[in-house]
Amino acid sequence: MNDFSRTARYLYGSLVALLLLFMYLPMLTIALASLSRSKYFRFPIPAWSTNWYSEVFQSLSIRDFFWTSLIIAVLVALVSTVLAFFGALAFARYRWKGRKLYQKLLLLPILFPQAVLGLALLLWFTALGIETSWRSAVFAHVVWIAPITTLVIAIPVYGFDPSVEEAAYDLGATRWQVMREVTLPLLAPGILSGFVSAFLLSWANFPLSMFSTGADQTIPEWISAKVQSGYTPQVPAVGTLMMAGAGLILAAGYTAAAFQSHRRRRLVAEGH
Amino acid sequence: MTDASRLISGETVAATTNETSQLARRLKEALTNPGLVAAIPIGLLFVFGFLGPLALVLAFSVMPASSFSLAQAPTFENYAAIFSNSYYISFGISLFLAAATVAILLLVCYPLAVALVRVFGKKGALLTLLITAPLFVADNLRLTGWMLFFVKGGVLSGTLAYFGVEMDSILYTMGATLFGLVYIYLPFMLFPMVLGVSMVPPQVREAAFDLGATRFQILKEIDIPLAMPGILMGALMCFILTAGAITEAKVMGGTAVVTIAQDIQKEFTFAQNWPRGSALSVVMILLAGGLSLALLKRIDLDTIFGRK
Repeated sequence: MNDFSRTARYLYGSLVALLLLFMYLPMLTIALASLSRSKYFRFPIPAWSTNWYSEVFQSLSIRDFFWTSLIIAVLVALVSTVLAFFGALAFARYRWKGRKLYQKLLLLPILFPQAVLGLALLLWFTALGIETSWRSAVFAHVVWIAPITTLVIAIPVYGFDPSVEEAAYDLGATRWQVMREVTLPLLAPGILSGFVSAFLLSWANFPLSMFSTGADQTIPEWISAKVQSGYTPQVPAVGTLMMAGAGLILAAGYTAAAFQSHRRRRLVAEGH
Repeated sequence: MTDASRLISGETVAATTNETSQLARRLKEALTNPGLVAAIPIGLLFVFGFLGPLALVLAFSVMPASSFSLAQAPTFENYAAIFSNSYYISFGISLFLAAATVAILLLVCYPLAVALVRVFGKKGALLTLLITAPLFVADNLRLTGWMLFFVKGGVLSGTLAYFGVEMDSILYTMGATLFGLVYIYLPFMLFPMVLGVSMVPPQVREAAFDLGATRFQILKEIDIPLAMPGILMGALMCFILTAGAITEAKVMGGTAVVTIAQDIQKEFTFAQNWPRGSALSVVMILLAGGLSLALLKRIDLDTIFGRK
């Protein structure tokens, strides 16, 4: 920590600042473009307007796409979190024979190009006679998102002290009681971050939705279709709203997790 | 004779009961093994949502061209067609883009990971969250943002024009596609690298420093080897994902860049030639699967994810 001189710290600091600018520049551009009055984007923006937002709010089809995206994301987050909770226990908590192999297999869907996975799933649904719709999209998303959620939950599981569970067993608690009173509350922050990241990853997904939603359409699919067939500032307006929504959810999740760990530390300090 | 046969049959019975009881015991052992039981739900998802579809792709890849059923004699004509057509161009483009993206990201992300872990300490966690947060915004939306940034009359050329510099749009080129890939996959490299760099114990670096090692020696002998699992994870993930990229080429590359994933999509959708699309996918599956399994064999995942 001390082997960095003042200059080195400034240098690294400006490097990270540049990176943050780089990561958020396209999103700032989107927000800017949503406020331009003319249909075609020009910079500097000659005239400003919030018209495109009122058009977005009045559009019934965009409302439909919003609900489709939302239903898919909520279901994906619920299913992924349940699968991932047990998956993470198998990944990090229990020592069992096939664990190393299981850990590697679990990573394979993440280490696979999503578009190719989406096409393989489309073929799979068609061969099984399943008509693609938002329901099949939920399945497709879960295939890719549940392993990621498992990793998100597994990281805090590593820090989990198994002796707490054993103590509860010794005090006569049943398996179900231990799960409900000890394991779940201790892992709650990790489960929450798993749920939030699963929701947002599904909400933002395009490559899997593209091949698995059938006649239904999500917001990212609509954006892609609009960008290719005819740009309108409705695209950045919808995009800005999506980014704002994701930002709010992330901030709320982060605050909740911080609050929870703060409260736990206080309880421990007070000796409860 | 009867005694003998009774003895034999008795023995067999005993042996069978022994075998079944052993089987039952094993089953009971497996079902009371909490790790295995906890892995079952996601294991089923893996079989029916990943292995199954990929096996189906493999089966379709040996069916006659343009057929929609599996009930035909297997043939290798699709593979022959792939190699005699010009698919090697899009394969080459995809592999080149993937290699270039990984090389750029390795150089860019290492100093960033060092900054986040060693310079910022506690604040580094929040900064890492801020950098990975864009993952939760659709790729194609963020790329559209870059498109509006680079397009003629957009943010970049508008700003330059203000200073009296005229500039053509750099969109719809290989360079623009590479830029888009580097942007989209940066968090995928940075995050494992941060995990890797935080695996290097500071005491070891201090010890080497006290023994007179130069900064370069510390980097070469300690920093990089000890962070290697994280670095390898990041490089593997970025290489595979960029090799199968599609959106970046569409938004930033326009028609100038056609990647292998676009060719696969075309076969499955417009051309309605599932077997050929499948054969192309199998090449992709072998590439992704082969690389992943080869590298994962050398990485202990517990040390990457399990560090407190």
